[in-house]
Amino acid sequence: MADEPKGCARVTGSVVGEGPPSAPVSPAPETRKETAVTARVGQKAPDFQAPAYFKGGFTNVKLSDYLGKWILLCFYPGDFTFV
Amino acid sequence: MSAVADNYAKLQELGVEVLSVSVDSHFVHKMWNDNELTKMVEGGVPFHMVSDQAGNIGKAYGVYDDNMGIELRGRFIIDPDGVIQAMEVLTPPVGRMFAETVRQFRAFQVVRASKGAEATPAGWQPGQPTLKPGPDLVGNVWKVWNPKMEK
Repeated sequence: MADEPKGCARVTGSVVGEGPPSAPVSPAPETRKETAVTARVGQKAPDFQAPAYFKGGFTNVKLSDYLGKWILLCFYPGDFTFV
Repeated sequence: MSAVADNYAKLQELGVEVLSVSVDSHFVHKMWNDNELTKMVEGGVPFHMVSDQAGNIGKAYGVYDDNMGIELRGRFIIDPDGVIQAMEVLTPPVGRMFAETVRQFRAFQVVRASKGAEATPAGWQPGQPTLKPGPDLVGNVWKVWNPKMEK
């Protein structure tokens, strides 16, 4: 596990190997690379790292740190939604 | 989400680790856990709640909805080699059936333990016979399995 996210920076998850999405000093949205959908059954799961909340603390999660374990990865629309 | 949290012990028995992902910040995850989920699940959410505010992870997994700016209900089963074995994506208003996720984990673990020598037929439940694909099974599936076996 990497360090926990620091301070108030707006951090987000990123796909490993896409290069850091940081340093938007001179924003150039027209050159922004779209993340390609690569998830398919029978294929390697796209690796990612992202900030997370875990049992009272903030941490950084990297999917590939979990190699050797079965993973249930669940996306959902948002916190405080009803289902 | 609370259903998964509530059944976390069952997943741990199967050697399964859980990661949940949404576009909310990890700060909001904390507030949701502390103020609501702890009232539904004893001790709060027992797994990492991942924040993907820009939707980068969701896009890679094909579950990010550009119009709504949210991630659809996507559930992925990833094996110990990091390979996706199953995926299911639902639109937001309908929740998943937790028992089916457990059934699929059990089935994939049986197949993996057999190194691919066994397969599980439709409706298979843990403890039921598996199929052993090979020359002898061709044209003979009817002898070991029929649709009525699915309950």
